[in-house]
Amino acid sequence: MSSLATDMNQGNGQSVPLTRDGESLLFPALPYDMHDRADRAVLDEQRLRFVNHATLLKDNARKKLAKEVFGDEHGEWRTLAGRIKQHTLENLDYYLNRFIDNAEAAGAVVHFAKDAEEANSICLEIVEKEKLKTCVKAKSMVTEETHLVPALEEAGVETLETDLGEFILQLDGDAPSHIVTPMIHKDRVAVAKAFERELGAAYTEDPGTLTQIAREYLREKYQKADLGISGGNFMVAETGSVVICTNEGNGRFCTTAPRVHVAFVGIEKIVPGLNELSVMLKLLARTSTAQPLTCYTHLMTGPKREKEHDGPEQMHIILIDNGRTKILADEEFREALRCIRCGACLNSCPVYRKVSGHSYGAVYSGPIGAVITPLFKGLENYKDLPGASSLCGACYEACPVKINLPELLIKLRRDMLAGKVTKRGERLAYKVFSMGLKSEGMYRMTSWVQKKLLRAMADNQGFIRKAPGPFKNWTRDRDLPAPAKESFRDWWRKRERYR
Amino acid sequence: MKVSLFVTCLTDQFYPRVGQAVVGVLEHLGCDVDFPTEQTCCGQPMFNTGCHDDAADLARRMIDVFEESHYVVTPSGSCCAMIRDYYFELLEHDKAYVSKARKMVAKTYEFTEFLMQVLKVDLKELGCAWPGGGERKKVTYHYSCHLRGLGMTNEAVQLLKQIEGVDYQELEKTEQCCGFGGTFAVKYPQISGAMVQDKTDCIRGTEAEILICNDGGCALNIMGALNRQGSDMRTKHLAEVVAEGLGLMDVEADSAHATGGGR
Repeated sequence: MSSLATDMNQGNGQSVPLTRDGESLLFPALPYDMHDRADRAVLDEQRLRFVNHATLLKDNARKKLAKEVFGDEHGEWRTLAGRIKQHTLENLDYYLNRFIDNAEAAGAVVHFAKDAEEANSICLEIVEKEKLKTCVKAKSMVTEETHLVPALEEAGVETLETDLGEFILQLDGDAPSHIVTPMIHKDRVAVAKAFERELGAAYTEDPGTLTQIAREYLREKYQKADLGISGGNFMVAETGSVVICTNEGNGRFCTTAPRVHVAFVGIEKIVPGLNELSVMLKLLARTSTAQPLTCYTHLMTGPKREKEHDGPEQMHIILIDNGRTKILADEEFREALRCIRCGACLNSCPVYRKVSGHSYGAVYSGPIGAVITPLFKGLENYKDLPGASSLCGACYEACPVKINLPELLIKLRRDMLAGKVTKRGERLAYKVFSMGLKSEGMYRMTSWVQKKLLRAMADNQGFIRKAPGPFKNWTRDRDLPAPAKESFRDWWRKRERYR
Repeated sequence: MKVSLFVTCLTDQFYPRVGQAVVGVLEHLGCDVDFPTEQTCCGQPMFNTGCHDDAADLARRMIDVFEESHYVVTPSGSCCAMIRDYYFELLEHDKAYVSKARKMVAKTYEFTEFLMQVLKVDLKELGCAWPGGGERKKVTYHYSCHLRGLGMTNEAVQLLKQIEGVDYQELEKTEQCCGFGGTFAVKYPQISGAMVQDKTDCIRGTEAEILICNDGGCALNIMGALNRQGSDMRTKHLAEVVAEGLGLMDVEADSAHATGGGR
């Protein structure tokens, strides 16, 4: 789904890496400190321009299409989709069992993995048993979670990412920074250089030619591969199908050409039936890439059947928990599992636009990442993420399944305070601040003190250029207006007196 | 019509002129305005930082303070959104307050919303004109995120366009947040700073003389950034422009920043 061609996406191919030497982009040392990468991200003019431009473009296109297609009913469609997912989550045991029964009846082998490690080892067992040597892989976020590619490579399986964006990232030793457009932080110069260096191709920045080079290279690999890996956008309980939505056709090759197909799917990806799937499909591509549908929508139900010419001999489905049941058990946060990974919240997010995906230090970035990463990996390990939002609400408005992301971020902040993950000084400051608001007398006193202090620091224009204490960071990039000489309530009191 | 002003803590301390303008405009339109002086803060900072018990205390306090009011009108979008979006949820399990919370939610309006939806004013009919002898002024408007959250689309812009002499300039990336976000601005200065830079680039790109901003937090952030950049663009609340345009308030001198800025 990666697009190479826009003028704003023109740089010198050398975005500054956000990591320090040897640090993993998606699996950094814990506890993770977001500030380090965010500091560098906002100074990287090229990365900022690429990400800013691409996300704005996508976000505007999404809004325009939503208006055209759904008109005033967009909210109702989103409510419906959200309710379908919520209902499925609340009855997940039932729908998973139905899915397993139907998938097995269609000839698929269903496995269950409690965590990333187990998911990979199930896959490696299949590799060993079937003596598989070469793997072509479609795009899948859950395989990023399990760190599957390094595990396969270590086991001696030559593994190739076939989504164009992921292919380029693999060549460049880079990692995805967006759920849908994984190489949003790179430009075509970076691609040209990688193709020249890694594939021996003649240097070109022409997007069409670059795509053609990748296409020819990949085509040969599809023919050779004996293992195909995919993720799953949805699973349909009623039919036992795994559904993937792709734009490049690589998903089709990966899941039909090799002898064995293994699908990695998070357990939350289930929908009850085909009717419900149709609602999801109506929203997914429109929200994600502003397309009516992705170019390819595959419903895969079991392996190749008798008398069929195409398709794998074996289809394995690995259902992955990896922290999901923990979120599922929490009534307040359960809605986060409705996510269909459309990426709209990233595109709409002003914070994501500035810091880009790798600043989140995890597989999932943007608003949804800021919610689920601390839930998956512990608040104490990602204590910066819940606070890194202005709570502007753009993500909530964009979300096709109406996950109230700002509210979930606030709830995480609440839990950080309750669990004392928030520093003591900060907790104390909030206590003092709120005490100052609980009576008129206290309010008048604290605002008087604040006024005196700040006005003493202000210049003759009424602005503070360098503020002390908790306001120090405020004046890093902007001045602080000082309070007015006479407050509104003082004015009002005078007015009442003389009336 | 009896209307109570909830001025908000930022407007009280930093932009008293906005509060005065709101009072002037509402009285001009025939409202009987009162200002319950026990009011402090809606609890938004507490709620957003996760101090939900403190936020609930402040919500109960607000409900008590405005218990007798028919309408509560506030010049700040985000404070209005705090009441409307979260008071009910915060007090859902408080038997003594849950129905009071519902009433509070129903009677609270943001200033421009109140003008449009309740008073149904047409500023053109009222003869609201930019002071300064027929010269058209370029004006742009910052669309605060919380107004969008309240379901408001372009109410303020509609009102602005009704004022004679206003040459409205639409902001690029109009729906993008300015980067205020309360504690966010001091906890993540690098991100917030980059966001307000983007916003002020768009604002300055309009070449407007005046920026209209109807949220105290956004105003503090944007004014501070414009001042740091050496821009002499003025930031005002719509209420001030309307009050001036109706001749209810002296027109401010063209000094650096109209609202606040220490005067």
